[in-house]
Amino acid sequence: MKSSFSEKILIYGILLLWTFICLFPIYWTATTSFKTAASVTQGLLIPWIDFEPSWKGWRNLGFSPDTIFTESNPREEFLARFFNTAIISSSASALAVILGSFAAYGLSRFNYKFGFMRNPDISFFFLSQLILPPVVLALPVLVLYRELDLLDTHIGMILLYTLTVLPIVIWIMRDQFNAVPIELEEAALVDGASVWVSFFKIVLPIVLPGIASAFILCLILCWNEYFLAALITSTDAKTMPVMVASQISSQSIKWWNMAAISAALCLPLIIVAIFLERYIVKGMAAGAVKQ
Amino acid sequence: MTKPTSIERDPLYVVAPPIVTNKTKRFGHIIVWGTFTLMFLLAIIQFLNTNEYITFGFKTWRPVLYAYILWACAIGYSRVLIYGEKGKRTLFVFPAVMFILSIVIFPMLFGLYISFTDWNLSSIDGREFNGLDNFYQMISDPYYWNALKNMIYYVLAVLVEFAIAFLLALLLNSQIRGRKFFRIAFLIPLMLSPVAVSWMVGKSMLEQRFGPVANLGRFLGWETPTFFSSPEIARLTMMCMDAWTFIPLMIIMLLAGLQALPKEVLEAAKVDGANKWTMFKNIIFPIMLPVSLTTLVIRIIFKLKLADIIIIVTAGGPGGATDSVTSFIVREYRDRSNVGYGTLLSFVYLILIIIFMTILIRFVNRWLQRAA
Repeated sequence: MKSSFSEKILIYGILLLWTFICLFPIYWTATTSFKTAASVTQGLLIPWIDFEPSWKGWRNLGFSPDTIFTESNPREEFLARFFNTAIISSSASALAVILGSFAAYGLSRFNYKFGFMRNPDISFFFLSQLILPPVVLALPVLVLYRELDLLDTHIGMILLYTLTVLPIVIWIMRDQFNAVPIELEEAALVDGASVWVSFFKIVLPIVLPGIASAFILCLILCWNEYFLAALITSTDAKTMPVMVASQISSQSIKWWNMAAISAALCLPLIIVAIFLERYIVKGMAAGAVKQ
Repeated sequence: MTKPTSIERDPLYVVAPPIVTNKTKRFGHIIVWGTFTLMFLLAIIQFLNTNEYITFGFKTWRPVLYAYILWACAIGYSRVLIYGEKGKRTLFVFPAVMFILSIVIFPMLFGLYISFTDWNLSSIDGREFNGLDNFYQMISDPYYWNALKNMIYYVLAVLVEFAIAFLLALLLNSQIRGRKFFRIAFLIPLMLSPVAVSWMVGKSMLEQRFGPVANLGRFLGWETPTFFSSPEIARLTMMCMDAWTFIPLMIIMLLAGLQALPKEVLEAAKVDGANKWTMFKNIIFPIMLPVSLTTLVIRIIFKLKLADIIIIVTAGGPGGATDSVTSFIVREYRDRSNVGYGTLLSFVYLILIIIFMTILIRFVNRWLQRAA
């Protein structure tokens, strides 16, 4: 549809305004991490023009050019948290994708009957887990984990995170499998392959992009999760969001420090967003558009 | 375990030679009951040990957990041994079902029990059953009702978010240059951890002395730009922050819907000379209704879990004006150590959510059927 010139200006104006709203907090955080106390409290905005950038925030974290090759406790601490987060969120996403893909495939290909539950009921059972607010599980799980010696362990967190993202995986993957024509597998079965072989050899390669989307979406959700991590972890398995949050509550805020670790917390996912945007969008769109 | 039976022809019809014999069947039953007995014995030993009836045993319940996992695997394997090909199909769904049952059902049952107890971590008495006392306490707890009332406001804010997201999705779908750039830029807030957002936006940009938003407010003539001192403004601020994070999700879902619109219909309308507004009102919006409603339901589900930014930025203040139910319950646990009462509150919340979502989904389905 042709738009007039003034309409065009309006459209780009709104889009650019929203882009500014989306990106300004990131710009603010990135610049604040290079500010000194004086430049923070004056609310200066533009580096080199308004204020002279300094490495102060990153030096305290052990990531500035002059400290990167020396011993640094904050950096050790930070890296430990970073790898905890990476291990927990990627394992949980992988586990969720495996369990969820199998379940979604089964539901799209076979009729089940567990007691009174037929396929639609089983699907609903999976998806209904999405409604469950974490706070309902939090305390009982806390007590249960203490008995099982799973508090503050990676495996405990992985299990919980898997649970929270599993419904999302099933939701995305069900559509993906429904889009694969059954005839392909039937041909393989006629040739004598078993159900599992045809699943791995034929269906799985086709839905691989879908699996990637589901995995990335889970990764994002797990990476940013704070609530459960704050309850379950204390030292060994503590994740980055918990570390950042614990610094916020301290009395005198070191703005540059906070900015540096917030930026470090967000940076991996911003990179993911820039390079894997296609998959993220595909995953989220999968649930929206249904036939 | 219930046995799987195919009720009608499966979408994927499998003919396979029977692999089940009486021997494999028997073996299947043996491993299920064998591992179950092992788990049961371990559980009894552990129970007696923790209650100090016997002295030997393990330090934690972990061995019982291992036995439980072994039992679950045995059940899975026995499906194949007992039902053959049908059992193999069950194995697709079985692990996920078992996983959810184990992690949700046990804690829920346990939680249901503690919600009827008087259990304060700071008191020395430990757990004591107190029947409906927690429930009566909840009825007369103004803060809990206040938190529920806030949740209504928060959920209603979804409608505004939806309007903004729809507008932006329409703009993104129009003929513009640099669509990929805008899409990535719009997506980024969703990538950011709520904790980081709480700090970046809530603590830093809204800081009333030098935060850039406060400076902007002053520049626009607002004399005292404080965002967390009056209840209404504080609530509005939290709504905006939450909207900022989640509008991208809605934009993407709506954009997917817009891109799937049938081109022929739009072309036909254009040929008939429909202007933009009538096209939106009479064609785009009605066709988008299913997608819109899905988006709204998903967004509401996420909204009902709202907690992180509130816990970190305002901790429910001022005077509980920004409290969501979750953040209120967290304070009940953390500050007052009222485990029993807090758990009851969370269960009541769960029941309310289930009722609300059931009504909502039924309403949505009816609306869709009428529209179709």
